[in-house]
Amino acid sequence: MSKLSTEHLLGIKYISTEDVETILSTAKTFKEVINRPIKKVPSLREVTVANLFFENSTRTRLSFELAEKRLSADVVNFSASGSSVSKGETLTDTVNNILAMKVDMVVMRHPNPGAAVFLARALKKYPKSAHARIINAGDGTHEHPTQALLDAFSLQQQFGSLKGLNVLIVGDIVHSRVALSNIYCLKKLGANVKLCGPPTLMPKYIETLGVEVEYDLRKALEWCDAANVLRIQLERQDIKYFPSLREYSLLYGVNDEILDSLKKQITILHPGPINRGVEITGSVADGNHSLILEQVENGVAVRMAVLYLLAGVPNA
Amino acid sequence: MLHADLYICAKLNSPLSESKVITEGEGMKLMIERLGLELLEKYGDFDNTVIIGLQPRGVVFSQKLTKYLSGILSKPVLHGELDITFHRDDFRRGTEVLLPNSTRIDFLVEGKNVVLVDDVLFTGRSVRAGLDALLAFGRPAEVKLLVLIDRKYGRDLPLQADYVGKEVDTVSGQKVKVEWSENGLNDRVILYTPKEIHE
Repeated sequence: MSKLSTEHLLGIKYISTEDVETILSTAKTFKEVINRPIKKVPSLREVTVANLFFENSTRTRLSFELAEKRLSADVVNFSASGSSVSKGETLTDTVNNILAMKVDMVVMRHPNPGAAVFLARALKKYPKSAHARIINAGDGTHEHPTQALLDAFSLQQQFGSLKGLNVLIVGDIVHSRVALSNIYCLKKLGANVKLCGPPTLMPKYIETLGVEVEYDLRKALEWCDAANVLRIQLERQDIKYFPSLREYSLLYGVNDEILDSLKKQITILHPGPINRGVEITGSVADGNHSLILEQVENGVAVRMAVLYLLAGVPNA
Repeated sequence: MLHADLYICAKLNSPLSESKVITEGEGMKLMIERLGLELLEKYGDFDNTVIIGLQPRGVVFSQKLTKYLSGILSKPVLHGELDITFHRDDFRRGTEVLLPNSTRIDFLVEGKNVVLVDDVLFTGRSVRAGLDALLAFGRPAEVKLLVLIDRKYGRDLPLQADYVGKEVDTVSGQKVKVEWSENGLNDRVILYTPKEIHE
């Protein structure tokens, strides 16, 4: 297979296992590229990418921008604050106007779940915009596909294969787009997935996605080979889901004490930003078994692969 | 067998194609030895010279050449594999994405004499991409091109090889394929001619 089955990357749910494997194997080549003395290749020199960030971001925005620049694409950046969005412009109008400036790809982060899927459908109605490729860089509590791909890539680099690997996702599952994309991605690659967190932060019927739920952190950690620790998304919580951060940290915080008491060493991932002392302690985040900075490095390689593969076949 | 080779075989081994073996077995071995000796004459002990094979089809040839040189010199000769995919000029020109192969260059190219190796030189576009890709690893002192087969009269770009195993006169539409025992085939070079040209 030599192209993706999709024109856009809207979520891991919408792409095939072969697509995930193609992206990960291409990312391997790009990881070698970004470790060369000259980290730039000319593949996307005729492509212009707009990074549309309607929500705050550090890692994802910088990672996408670096990936685009290392592929020699022209890059324009847009953030909602200080734009005409505050004057009442709709999402479709904003994007149509940007695309009218001959932009080929849109990388979008948006606070509303489904924004990327909505945009892809909306643009089909406009002949002048239908050519654009859309990459979802996180849409509300829905999906964050490139994060899941880079997590899978980091695990693949660490363990060789994800088949049969026991992966735990700990934390605020209900508000996490990283958790949902990770579940889809890990299941497609044959990993076993278990979720752990307070019952109030666990979505109902989540087992229907083929995952298990464990509310006891120690038991869950004892089971897994790798644990992906998620941040408590206070900005998405309009009501109180647990009494205090201190109590959350006592029951679900990953620290040296609990890790040292396990019978085995487990690999720790975190999508960032980290709230040190809440979901994870500083010494675990900075420890020998943490892949957190590896994940950031791999993020650039994975995003280069996604951009390269989606741009590789021009839309007629 | 490489994915790209399977693709070409499927495409060329059609009933429409006539095939002719240009050279095989011992002939290819002698060619590699002659090219190796030419390199030894120029580069002596290979202290500042490296061999880099172009992915995918120049790699086996470059490995064989390096093995021969290492045997004669009784010391390892630096060898690398260079993928040219991200430097090709036909990206976004077809209906399929160009999927990359791996690059493995475990040494500094800066200031080195580089012998770039490919199996067949035809349009020169792969070599152009290879020269661009190589520069990402530093500024070599010089770059020479060594090919097993030079298909004359087919160049799209002003490029010539410095060391040639065999020159072959071909016309547009014909294909030259180099097969290696390392890929599960017999060592041989085959010229495929579509039936319409043959007639």
